[in-house]
Amino acid sequence: MDIPYTTTARPDTGLWNAKIGIWLFLASEVMLFGGLFSAYVFLRLDALPGYWPHGLLNVPVGTMNTAILIGSSVTVVLAWAALKMRQFNRYKIYMGITILCGIIFLAVKLAYEWPDKFQHFGAYIRQDRLEKYEEYLGNHHMLERGLEPRVEITGHLHNHDALHDPNIHEYEVQLDQVNAAPTDPASDRPHFWPLPKSQKIAVIEKADVEHAEMFVPKHNTFFATYFTITGLHGLHVLGGVIVFTYFWLPIGANLYKRNPEHLANRVEVAGLFWHFVDLVWIFVFPLFYLL
Amino acid sequence: MSLKGFHIVFITFSTLLAFGCGIWCLQLVQATGAAGYTVGAICSFFAALGLVVYGFWFYRKMKRLGIFT
Repeated sequence: MDIPYTTTARPDTGLWNAKIGIWLFLASEVMLFGGLFSAYVFLRLDALPGYWPHGLLNVPVGTMNTAILIGSSVTVVLAWAALKMRQFNRYKIYMGITILCGIIFLAVKLAYEWPDKFQHFGAYIRQDRLEKYEEYLGNHHMLERGLEPRVEITGHLHNHDALHDPNIHEYEVQLDQVNAAPTDPASDRPHFWPLPKSQKIAVIEKADVEHAEMFVPKHNTFFATYFTITGLHGLHVLGGVIVFTYFWLPIGANLYKRNPEHLANRVEVAGLFWHFVDLVWIFVFPLFYLL
Repeated sequence: MSLKGFHIVFITFSTLLAFGCGIWCLQLVQATGAAGYTVGAICSFFAALGLVVYGFWFYRKMKRLGIFT
């Protein structure tokens, strides 16, 4: 049985069916990501002073991933154009580069960025104990400068057992630069360029801590929204890579031999999805990494 | 909207992002004086310029090839 309107326009809509289908799907995706972005905005606006972290994500790596996704959008559109011009070999090259870009993006996210966060520790100090940790928080200095107070001490946790063992009463933390030298003017603003950890170790008593955890989704609302949105986005990238690989394999060549326009239309529809996914990242990057 | 049209929209947003990154870096240069942000600003503005040039190249190429869907 032939599926109608795969290459010719349907008379009542003026478009072939898959194009209508993908735009309806993308409309639902706009609502999905729109809801998540709205949640992010309201959670951020409602955060108490000092409770919304800045400069915890690796901006150079995020920038590289952004460039990779923009590059992949260029190559997918060139792959589609190559099919329209019936240049199958060129299509294979451009599509191969697109798939590679998607894989690199996911590899960076899953093998470097996320694990790096999972190894980072943060302890929110109770409001009535902030003074005790003044040498790591520098809130007198922050107040003088008219800046938001610091309520969290971050770094590398030396005694991981402390997270689960109630018999251990303190955390030993190798401090981040911002907590090692909190009154240094260089620490007044977030470090968007990653700095090595200091050699300074702080001992934080559990009784003084409001909440302490590795940088996992439950650590705070920032990481909850970060992992939700980038995780969902990553799943979309994975979906795109799977579809592109399907078209890149011999199955795509067979379809090209039978009906090249049909393959071109399929690649166009997948390319529209890919552009949407990349466009989502264009909003994710500044919201989470820069602002 | 065709892939061609959506690609131009995407490149427009990418250009705005690159330009915005440049402004963001300049603000940090003013606040911190760190040289790394100056390099970031220059790279961002060059990236924005490159994307504008690419956008025009792409539009003309599609027009020349007659790919309108």
